[in-house]
Amino acid sequence: MATKQSRSAARMMMAPAVTLLLGWMLVPLIMTLYFSFRDYRPLSGGDRGWVGFDNYMRFVTSSAFWPSVQTTLVIVGGVLVITVCLGILLAILLDQPMWGQGVVRILVIAPFFVMPTVSALVWKNMFMDPTNGLLAHLWRFFGAEPVQWLSQASLPSLIMIVSWQWLPFATLILLTAIQSLDSEQLEAAEMDGAPSLKRFWYIILPHLSRAITIVVLIQTIFLLGLFAEIFVTTGGAFGTKTLSYLIFQRVLESQNIGLGSAGGVYAIILANIVAIFLMRIVGKNLDA
Amino acid sequence: MARAVTTKRKSINTIAAWAVGLLIFFPILWTILTSFKTEGQAISDPPVWFFFDWTLENYAVVQERSNYMKFLWNSVIIAGGSTILGVIIAIPAAWSMAFVPSKRTKDILLWMLSTKMLPAVGVLYPIYLLFIKLGILDSRFGLVIVLMLINLPIIVWMLYTYFREIPGEILEAARMDGASLKEEIIYVLTPMAVPGIASTLLLNVILAWNEAFWTLNLTAANAAPLTAFIASYSSPEGLFYAKLSAASVMAIAPILIMGWFSQKQLVRGLTFGAVK
Repeated sequence: MATKQSRSAARMMMAPAVTLLLGWMLVPLIMTLYFSFRDYRPLSGGDRGWVGFDNYMRFVTSSAFWPSVQTTLVIVGGVLVITVCLGILLAILLDQPMWGQGVVRILVIAPFFVMPTVSALVWKNMFMDPTNGLLAHLWRFFGAEPVQWLSQASLPSLIMIVSWQWLPFATLILLTAIQSLDSEQLEAAEMDGAPSLKRFWYIILPHLSRAITIVVLIQTIFLLGLFAEIFVTTGGAFGTKTLSYLIFQRVLESQNIGLGSAGGVYAIILANIVAIFLMRIVGKNLDA
Repeated sequence: MARAVTTKRKSINTIAAWAVGLLIFFPILWTILTSFKTEGQAISDPPVWFFFDWTLENYAVVQERSNYMKFLWNSVIIAGGSTILGVIIAIPAAWSMAFVPSKRTKDILLWMLSTKMLPAVGVLYPIYLLFIKLGILDSRFGLVIVLMLINLPIIVWMLYTYFREIPGEILEAARMDGASLKEEIIYVLTPMAVPGIASTLLLNVILAWNEAFWTLNLTAANAAPLTAFIASYSSPEGLFYAKLSAASVMAIAPILIMGWFSQKQLVRGLTFGAVK
């Protein structure tokens, strides 16, 4: 069907998008690479020239590096586990016959549309605040000492806020997948006396695998770049400094562009390791 | 489908689902309620639920204090502009990949998606520097460009998925009937593509509206959208719950309502049609 003429037309039509994305990728990337080899501090001394791999060494050996990698993985992993598990349960629940299904669904997906800055601020002040927060009221009501959520249990708190934001997404996708399940197969299994746990394990879960892949892929892309939630809650304190937040601090707060850029290169490498892994799965699921 | 469900079971489902639904929605509900309270009532222990003196005062104060309309307008321009620009650039690309696929189409698509993996923070300074040099730091134009670029891969993917669902037979039939290319595009393809384009626009407006990293880092006073407006309430002097709530409601209401109206299209868009 495709003629030579239509092929060149297609190339023309793709050119703007491809060129822009290529530029968006290459220009900053090359600049980051360039800065990463220089001692560049705009506020104190400016560009003091080529330093080889110094920044890379300093970034890796700084005491904040490995904890930040660990924090990143804990947050991404924690949110993924919580949203996928609860998402499956919630999707199964919402798939059951009930009254007012449409309204419940609207309630459940609402957090997805809430701006991350808003959700983080609302959680931080109105729920997790140790004196006036609603959770503190609740704790006191039961005679317990209120928890200093964001300083004492900073990581779990952060994971909880982010999970609340992403649970609707996971639920929505998984629900759509469950609804496409062939109910006859389930009925047959039920008739044959398969207990519900087995039906879940052997029929529902395999059917969901593709949807789970999509949820993991998209959430990972967004969670690796988690920013607003940390920015307005802890500001990276109390062990919530992710790799991207650490780099952000080096670049903007301490204005050490060289060091921050070296960190950026590490973040790009980390993201690409994850990406290669995920792309394989998606590529397999993509029948293009 | 036709499984008989007892009323009892349906009741249990209903109660369980509503309980979970309300629990998840609770933070938003609480924020909305608080926005109508006085500051005293907002932090009272035990909390007041529905029986308080409802007031609109907080909304007035927020508007007065920080010129909400200006931030709102910035959000509208940035989210809308980046989405429209992105779609204009993406339509031809997605179109040609869907209708004139080559061996490399899949690679190009995956490569495009992989640019989303580029950690924003890794390239923040170069962009910052370029923006200063170009004089577009803290300008709506600059943000439109950046948000368009970060969402472009998703726009291309979504449109590609929708376009691929347009059956080729219909095109061939139209051609057989002697339709010219122009007629083909206007009368056959466009009507079939419009729903897909519409939901792509929608999802990207939502993504751009809520994007915080670039908007917080590349704007100051002039072009700051609602994400920055609300972040200004994180400072200690802004710690008034009722006002924070009113500001929050004002920031999320437009997009929340839009999202609710479009939830069906959203699912397909979000999964690139991979889950049905």
